[in-house]
Amino acid sequence: MPTNNKRMYDKGMVLAGLVIFVVVVTFPFWYNLGKAAPPPEPVLTEKAKAAEKCVESTEFMKAEHMQLLDVWRDTVVRDAKRAYINPEGKTYMMSLSNTCLDCHDNKADFCDKCHNYASVRPYCWDCHIDNPKETE
Amino acid sequence: MNRHYMFSLIAVLLLFLIAYVGVAAVGLEVLFGIIIPYAAIVVFTVGFIYRIVGWARSPVPFRIPTTCGQQKSLPIFKQAKIDNPSTKGNVVIRMILEIVLFRSLFRNTKVKVKEGGKLFYGYELWLWLFALAFHYAFATVLVRHLRFFTEPVPQWLQLLENVDSFMQIGLPGVFLSGVVLLAAVTLLFLRRVLLPQIRYISLANDYFPLVLIFGIAFTGILMRYFIKVDVVGAKELAYGLVSFHPTIPEGIGAVFYVHVFFVSVLLAYFPFSKLMHLGGIFMSPTRNLPTNTREVRHVNPWSYPVKVHTYEEYEDEFREKMVEAELPVDKELPPEPEEPEADETSEEKE
Repeated sequence: MPTNNKRMYDKGMVLAGLVIFVVVVTFPFWYNLGKAAPPPEPVLTEKAKAAEKCVESTEFMKAEHMQLLDVWRDTVVRDAKRAYINPEGKTYMMSLSNTCLDCHDNKADFCDKCHNYASVRPYCWDCHIDNPKETE
Repeated sequence: MNRHYMFSLIAVLLLFLIAYVGVAAVGLEVLFGIIIPYAAIVVFTVGFIYRIVGWARSPVPFRIPTTCGQQKSLPIFKQAKIDNPSTKGNVVIRMILEIVLFRSLFRNTKVKVKEGGKLFYGYELWLWLFALAFHYAFATVLVRHLRFFTEPVPQWLQLLENVDSFMQIGLPGVFLSGVVLLAAVTLLFLRRVLLPQIRYISLANDYFPLVLIFGIAFTGILMRYFIKVDVVGAKELAYGLVSFHPTIPEGIGAVFYVHVFFVSVLLAYFPFSKLMHLGGIFMSPTRNLPTNTREVRHVNPWSYPVKVHTYEEYEDEFREKMVEAELPVDKELPPEPEEPEADETSEEKE
């Protein structure tokens, strides 16, 4: 009998391995079966809508807000400077609680929407819980 | 200059340009964001299975014991149970350690002539270390990307992200795995370029995956820390793919599509390249067979059944004639004592 190319050796083991392979590779496909996840739409409060513009442009805030906050924190804590002047010359107080959360006081509908979607857990909220007004 | 790595560098540069120009100038977001990724995952899965089945059809009738310890022998000799396993259970342990710790690579040695003409053999562990760093970093990066493909993001994935970014460097927090991956792949590439002996045996198919993975890690880090790609849009696209509702969100930027195109190329290239060691490691006869060459007789299963005529059969056929010709026989004619002779006489009488 010449070599039979149709035959698989250790068929059980190989097939079991291939089944595991397919299950692992297709994990994202079957994990999400029957689930719909529309992209998040952060809700602006009336106050934020009325202000029309944030500290910086929307595009800038969308991409850079985390870095802005990081710089703010370091500037306030290390240099004790609290004034932020944006490109239009308007001055803001560098404060997450007093400036950002003043307009965006709806954490669950604004911040958390995208953060949860993108699986980002910023440690802002470790200290700044439920918008406590800072006292100075 | 070396045509092998120049070829790989140029190939990856071309791939970059194809995707970048294709999206930024021509507007082929659907091609690079939906069609090519789907095609790549199909090619990867089917190709992977095809290669494994191909290997499974190759018979391995005999043990190939490249062992590193005492084989099972008389009770007075202590067997190296993991390095020279004789049971399936010990083989499983050897396989797990091989896959998780790269023990074969750990045994990598170097030879050099020391001052005074003494020959020196020693461990060469850098490759093992970088290979380990590279594989674990790549695995972590790969698993971390599931955050783009799952909603809600599973708890264990969030835990992995927390561990990976526990240094809390900058914002967005630096994922250590990404940095390690980029560093390790760079070192593995430079190793092939700078060491003359390794460069001599390296071909384009050794450089290409390294350069491509460098490109993937580079574009990924670029998007996360520097150009700040719209992460919600990226997830919308990725999630759309796995939930079979593909969409092209506005304004993710061409670099994102370059990243996706690089990954698609890597996936499609995977089954036809050295990268198949991911599946091949499980099929390695030197690792996955117990060394029981002394305990069990291994018969070649594809031995052609040759039609033989043994001496015993030959003698059976010609015994009477051989006896008549007074040739020696192994087995004498069946004793024909009284009865047959009696028969013959009776026949004569008739």
